[in-house]
Formats: sequence, structure tokens, C-alpha cells
Amino acid sequence: MIESVQAYFRALAETHPKWNFIYLYDPVQAARIAEGLWMTLQLAVACVVFSVLIGVAGAWLQGARQAVVRAFVQGYIQFFRNTPPLIQLLFFYFALGQFTPTYSPDGWLEVPVISNVGWAIISLSFFAGAFNVEIFRAGIEAIPESTREAADALGMSRLQIYVYVVFPLAFRVSLPALNNNLVNLVKTTTQAIVIAVPELLYQLVSMYNDYSTSQNACMLLMFVVYITLVGVLVLGMNRWERALRIPGYGA
Amino acid sequence: MLKHIVRRSLTGAALIGFLAGSGSAFAAECTNDVWNKVMKRGKVIVGVKPDYKPWGFRDESGGLVGMEVDLAKEVAAVMGVELELVAVQSSNRMQFLEQGKVDMFVATMSDRPDRRKIVGITQPNYYTSGTNVMSPKALGLTEWENLRDKPVCGKQGAFYNKIVSERYGAKIVAFTGNAEAKQALRDKRCIAWVYDDSSIMSDLASGNYDEFEMPLPSEDDNPWGLAVPLAERHCLFGNLMSGLTYNWHQSGRLIELEKKWGIQPTKYLQDQHERFSDWLAGK
Repeated sequence: MIESVQAYFRALAETHPKWNFIYLYDPVQAARIAEGLWMTLQLAVACVVFSVLIGVAGAWLQGARQAVVRAFVQGYIQFFRNTPPLIQLLFFYFALGQFTPTYSPDGWLEVPVISNVGWAIISLSFFAGAFNVEIFRAGIEAIPESTREAADALGMSRLQIYVYVVFPLAFRVSLPALNNNLVNLVKTTTQAIVIAVPELLYQLVSMYNDYSTSQNACMLLMFVVYITLVGVLVLGMNRWERALRIPGYGA
Repeated sequence: MLKHIVRRSLTGAALIGFLAGSGSAFAAECTNDVWNKVMKRGKVIVGVKPDYKPWGFRDESGGLVGMEVDLAKEVAAVMGVELELVAVQSSNRMQFLEQGKVDMFVATMSDRPDRRKIVGITQPNYYTSGTNVMSPKALGLTEWENLRDKPVCGKQGAFYNKIVSERYGAKIVAFTGNAEAKQALRDKRCIAWVYDDSSIMSDLASGNYDEFEMPLPSEDDNPWGLAVPLAERHCLFGNLMSGLTYNWHQSGRLIELEKKWGIQPTKYLQDQHERFSDWLAGK
């Protein structure tokens, strides 16, 4: 059956040169897609996890007693939220990359300890993390002062209040906005192509440059993959939202 | 059941294919749409490279100049219309032509069979180049096999990438622009920069790459093609370009331009000059 599908698409490419679904019959191209998809998944998962962690920590530090810490978080947010992620990627990889330690496998090559994939994860996580801090702050500010005071009256420490009372409630309030930002983050991973991270877009662009007849097929695949990827994320987030719902709290 | 699903989805795909391909059936009829549009507009829009010295690049004032820009000027002069230049990249030049953003392009494109299915590449070819690498003298590469499993910088959209990765197993790290790729080579992120030999030669001659060399024999000499819309390949536009290129070879204009822009003289242009020589010349 696989052979007949392959034969069909091979024939289709002959008769309709604009619809060369080369990745459906050429194992070399199929492997490229698989590699790109795997890299995109890794990037997406790593960035989502790190950006949420950054958001949680940042929101906690925003309420710190030391003005220096608060100013630092504010500076971080302004820097990462107000510059384009594309420029952050280029800046991190080409400018900061020169100052990171390197090792040399052959005496000439200087392989940086942080690879282009590493820089992409760092830069995109910090980018989305800056938004997440603000998203969590909005959630925290939605928690009534009286709830906090009640916890305080029970003798809980500041950290305890944050971990056990404020954050669990704030997280629920923040979920819809977080959902939006994470969807954006997953889509932004395609920009890692500028520092040659071999994710899906990179592989597909290379493929349709090598086989120009496959362009439409590559574009189509790109759409399908991202619709699926984002769809799965949104579905998961919505389920999570419903599971964490507090009856009678909010809408 | 499974068979049924397969058959149905195949019918669907065939339908997509049919819809997509129906436009090309009229190619033979010569409506000369783009040609007529150019004439009516009194201006031809030509795609050239902005970052490919000395074929197409920006001078100090930001204007596009180079050997291919000179060719574009001659095309406009012959057609008797004004010239507008549009900067194109390897990865978008064919799309720009298909979408009508440019009427034609002269943009260092290797003439490949699959590209001929998308755009109207005319004969004869106006230039040629082979695949080679620029690598640090310190590494002292001696053969293509030295590249196996090593990171090699490339430019997204260049067909040279495929050769070195498929034939010699190099790990291509492809950047969006030549500048980024060469910067990565200087930063020692890769052991070589793979591109065409004539461009590398002009880089080496510029004096900015003194610690680098082009140590390997060029491979796969591949002629370059200029392109008009596919539907007009055998119509007015395509035939004009074929005739023009023929005359450029015969008159030695291409060899002149090669000299003007300081490009290493290629045997190809000399051969074509002889091949297309006027049998009555000097008689």
C-alpha cells in the first residue's frame, strides 16, 4: 500500500510539476522532515517549560522587598518585551556568542559551549518569559488583599503565602492569557531559522530550494504541522483550565 | 475500507493537481501577457542580487550595480523601456517571478531541470560557475572528503549545499544571508563556506579574507540561467532573451563585462564566444 501511495505521488510530480510531494516518496527528504519536526518539538517544549518557570520566578521577584530586585525584573521585562525576538536571536547568537567559552575538536574550529539551538532556547524562553511575568502579575493582583491578610494572620511566611495561597489562585486566573502567549511562542520558534537552527521551517525551506517543484507541497505541510501542533497545545491548555476550575470562582 | 479511504484521498489529491496544473495548458498559445504589461507600463522590472559581488550588489550610495545589473540595463534599452531593479534572494527569486513582482530576473541562478519547470530559463546560458569552498589556510584542506561530518556554512537556497551534504556528508549550517554565513566562518563555527567558485575568488581578491583560501578543485560546473515567466519562455519575451544572450556571446560583450567587473576570466565564456562566432566575421 505504501508503495502504491509513493508511486502515485511520484507520478503526480511528473504530471503536475507544482505539486511535487517529494517527502512522501523520497526517504532522504522524509528523514529531513522528521529531523525538523523533532527539533521543532524539542524547541517548543523546552521554551514553553522554561518561559513558564521564568514567569513564575519573575512574578515572585516582582513582589520582593528589595527595590534592586524589583528594578532588575522590571529592566528584564522592558528589554525582552520591547525588542523583536528576531533581533534577540541574532544578537544572542552572533554578539554574545563570541564571548562564551568554546572548545576545539580539531585545533581550528571553535565550537561554542552554547550551540545555536541552545541560544534559540535561551532567547525565546526569555522573550516569552517576559510576557509570562506580566501575565502572572495580573493574576496575582487579582487575588483579594483580604485572602493574603488571612494567610498572614495564620502565621505563614511570605514564601509560603506565595506558594500555597496566592500563586495557586493566581495561576488559574492567568491561564487564558498564558495560553495565548504560549501559542505565540510555539509559532515564534520558526524564527530560529535565522541562526540556522535546523527546525521544521529550515528543513522545508532547504527542501524547496533543492527541489523547487516541491514548494507548494512544503508550504502545505508547514501549515498542517503548525495547525496540529498549536491545536494540541490549545486543547491541552483548555483541558487544564477546566480541570483547575474552582466552582463559583470567577466565571 | 482502507482501500476505499486511499482511493478517495488519491482522487482528492488528483483534483488539487488538476486545479494547479490547468494554468499551464495554455502556455503554447502565447498571450504575451507579461510582455504586453511591460510595454504598456513603459518599464521593465528586473530582479537582481543585492549581495553577490560583483554580479549584483549595492554600491556606497545604496544603488544596485554589478555585471548582471549591466545586463538588465541592456535588456531595458533593447526593449525601449525604463528599468526598475528589485533585489531578490536565492530563496525567493522564482516566487517573485511567478507572482509577477518582477517581470524577469538575472540573479546568479544555476540552471537546473526542476527550476525549468517553474520559470522560463532561456538558452543559451550567460555564465557558469562550479561549487567550491573557502576555508582557513590553517586547516590546509586537500580534498573534498575532509569535509565529511564537519560543520560547513552555507547560504539558504543555494544548490551547492546539496552537493556537499549528499556527496561528501558535510553538515550544512545554512544561514539566510551570505554575510551571516561568512561571519559564522570567521567566528570559527564551521570549517568552510560553500558557495560558487567565482564568488569565492572575488572575496579572496578583495583582501578581506587573507587568512582564507580556496583549496579544492571546483566541482559540477553549472551554467547560470536568466529567467522570464514560464508561459512566455517560447514567446516574445523568451525569444528576445535567447537572441540577446546569443548576441552577447557572439560580440564578446559578456567577456568585456567580466573584465569590467574584475571577474576571473572563465573558459566557458571564451568557448561560447567561439561557438557562436559569426562565420562571415573578417571575411
